Amino acid sequence: MTKSILLVGVGGQGTILASKLLTIGLMQSGYDVKMSEIHGMSQRGGSVSSQVRYGEKVQSPVIELGGADMLISFEKMEALRWLEYLREDGKAIVNDYKINPMPVVSGVADYSDKILDELKAKVSDIIVVNAFEEALALGNPKVLNIVLLGTIVKMMDLTKVNWDEIIANEVKADFVELNQKALACGLKLV
Amino acid sequence: MKRLLTGNEAIAHGAWEAGVSFASAYPGTPSSEILANVARYKEIRSEWAPNEKVSLEAVIGASIGGVRSICAMKHVGVNVAADPLFTFSYMGVNGGMVLISADEPGQHSSQNEQDNRWYALSAKMPMFEPSNSQECRDMLAAAYEVSEKYDTPVLMRLTTRICHSKSIVDCGDRKDVPAKPYQKNIQKNLMVPAISKVRRVVVEQRMNDLAEYTENNPFNYIEKGGKIGVITSGMCYHFAKEVFGDSVTYLKLGFTNPLPSKLLADFYEMVDEVYIIEENDPYIENWVKAQGYSCKGNDTFPPYGEMTPDVIRLAVEGKQLPILDYNKDLLVPRPPTLCAGCPHRGFFYELSKLKNVAVSGDIGCYTLGFAPPYNAMDSCVCMGGAFSVAHGMQLAFDGSNQDIRAIGVLGDSTFFHTGINSLMEIIYNGSKAISVILDNRITGMTGHQENPGSGRVLSGDPAPIMNIVEIVTALGFKHIFEINPNDLSAVKKAFADALALDEPSVIVTVWPCPLKRMDQAERQLYGNPFTTKCVVDSETCNGCKLCVRCGCPALSMNRETDKAEIDSPQCVGCDVCVQICPKKAIAKEVN
Repeated sequence: MTKSILLVGVGGQGTILASKLLTIGLMQSGYDVKMSEIHGMSQRGGSVSSQVRYGEKVQSPVIELGGADMLISFEKMEALRWLEYLREDGKAIVNDYKINPMPVVSGVADYSDKILDELKAKVSDIIVVNAFEEALALGNPKVLNIVLLGTIVKMMDLTKVNWDEIIANEVKADFVELNQKALACGLKLV
Repeated sequence: MKRLLTGNEAIAHGAWEAGVSFASAYPGTPSSEILANVARYKEIRSEWAPNEKVSLEAVIGASIGGVRSICAMKHVGVNVAADPLFTFSYMGVNGGMVLISADEPGQHSSQNEQDNRWYALSAKMPMFEPSNSQECRDMLAAAYEVSEKYDTPVLMRLTTRICHSKSIVDCGDRKDVPAKPYQKNIQKNLMVPAISKVRRVVVEQRMNDLAEYTENNPFNYIEKGGKIGVITSGMCYHFAKEVFGDSVTYLKLGFTNPLPSKLLADFYEMVDEVYIIEENDPYIENWVKAQGYSCKGNDTFPPYGEMTPDVIRLAVEGKQLPILDYNKDLLVPRPPTLCAGCPHRGFFYELSKLKNVAVSGDIGCYTLGFAPPYNAMDSCVCMGGAFSVAHGMQLAFDGSNQDIRAIGVLGDSTFFHTGINSLMEIIYNGSKAISVILDNRITGMTGHQENPGSGRVLSGDPAPIMNIVEIVTALGFKHIFEINPNDLSAVKKAFADALALDEPSVIVTVWPCPLKRMDQAERQLYGNPFTTKCVVDSETCNGCKLCVRCGCPALSMNRETDKAEIDSPQCVGCDVCVQICPKKAIAKEVN
């Protein structure tokens, strides 16, 4: 049975590295894996997504509407924007973190404070975390992506993979220990 | 060895395995990463060309010279390269040659959705359409065999989801392909009418010969299932399999010019009803219908966009998977924006204040100048067209007594691409259109590729820097304003001076992209930029909101205090907001 994980956020939040590590771990576990991203214009502060699918034999690299087993959102409004891709009984992990879109920055729209309420009302299996605070406590807010990867690993029952080794192979030497700590932090968070 | 690769990475690895030794491209989403990855292999000389036409011509030269070569571009790039492409098809190859066309069904990052499979048909070239990264690698190896056996360039059509999706690839080692010795052969390589008329006949014969190959190759095959048939190619094969699984019979087409008529006849023997699932135009469908078969295609599926599983499910089954509904009023759009510290910001802020101007834009990060809060662009057609479009607009305005000034705007890489020709149009034919070159010292939008003005080549080695002001001077422009776009008074003055002239002029704004990797010399040249921060003095700020009109993502109004605030991690101290604030409430942070 193919599983689908949708990682969403804002350009620059590190969804690409998180999904890269995830796919390497899945491949090492013996799964067939496919992953789809859209690069280009959306990088410039726009809404971004990485779609990861794994199982015995994966066909489409793209998750269809209503097809994701898990939605992990690095920014809370993005969770809502991509909610239609989550299965009715799917799991959601939402990072309680706000990045103002340009219409809010320029003062023509408001960032609603009811986003988390709406998500909780619509998704029965939802966990809200504060990966930014956790990453800050680890000494670098940028590793919030790996904290969130830790939450995916725990929720999708992928703890048997040697994530520390994957991080050691894929991340610059100076940042290996920090990222390993971030992953461990994410595992404990959910 | 098994590796998880994007289609673009698999093409690069496949090119290395196939013994390719020359590669050239002009960047364009979704093709850009192909050359960036090819460049990692030291056996392949890899280059960014100024534009796609030049890129293809260089690759043609390498083929004539006897080595295997590859050329990669986005779909609209093939339009630029179409002139040499059609004639090269007559010439055929010495060293094998493959052109990668990366099409964009769904237009994620493109100005149109053209289907480049028609190029293969029209230029009479064999074509492959891989469905995943493994096929990218496998088909590329086959493409070089076809290219050399049938003496033809080969087109490989990818789409965004092939280029940017990862799947597992069984990779091999590099095959040693020695260069074929060069021999002068004008009967094959010098296309004047007397010779090309002869080659025209050869091309027909070649396509007839390929009719045998298309029936018997590992990429065109039938997968037997039920009595419903699906004919498909590229990523659509996997999209269809996601929906139908093994319940239908597939005719999977990987080699799609010429198409296999005998295989099609066999397929129709097995099925009662046929769906054609392909992206963009009815390329396969038209062929099937021309063979006299009935099928469901464009009448059932949308004629545009991606044929993702949900789209197929809705078209065939009339329903999608259940979808969670939510209050959409809570959403605010999140369009792409110019980065904090982007040197285009100051320019567009001032441009947005001009009256009675029509701005002709171009393709790059600066196209975002069309969006709020600037709304400072009136048209955008294609790479390099800003100046020629402005020229035509200006002549139309002047000839019909409309008091409007045309301003063309494009970037440095776009200037070298074809903007330089566009600028010649203005000075040669004479109009008073104002031309602006936004030189941010790199190719921005596609991910920071080097260009003839950046001082480096693809390998990272230093290269001569083409000086834009010197080029523009040499073209014959008398009025050239070279300014720092972060200096708003300089931008304002350049506009005032240019508008006061009844002659053409060029404004060149020079400041590096804040994301550019610079060496120490370049950092020094710009005074160690992007290392400072600005702060708002909330006592002095009166909440007038003028500063947020510059559209900086680091700057916003605090809803509770009604004062402006700056997100320090994002700010790189470009000082544009400092100059806008009438209360002098924003200043450089002092450590």
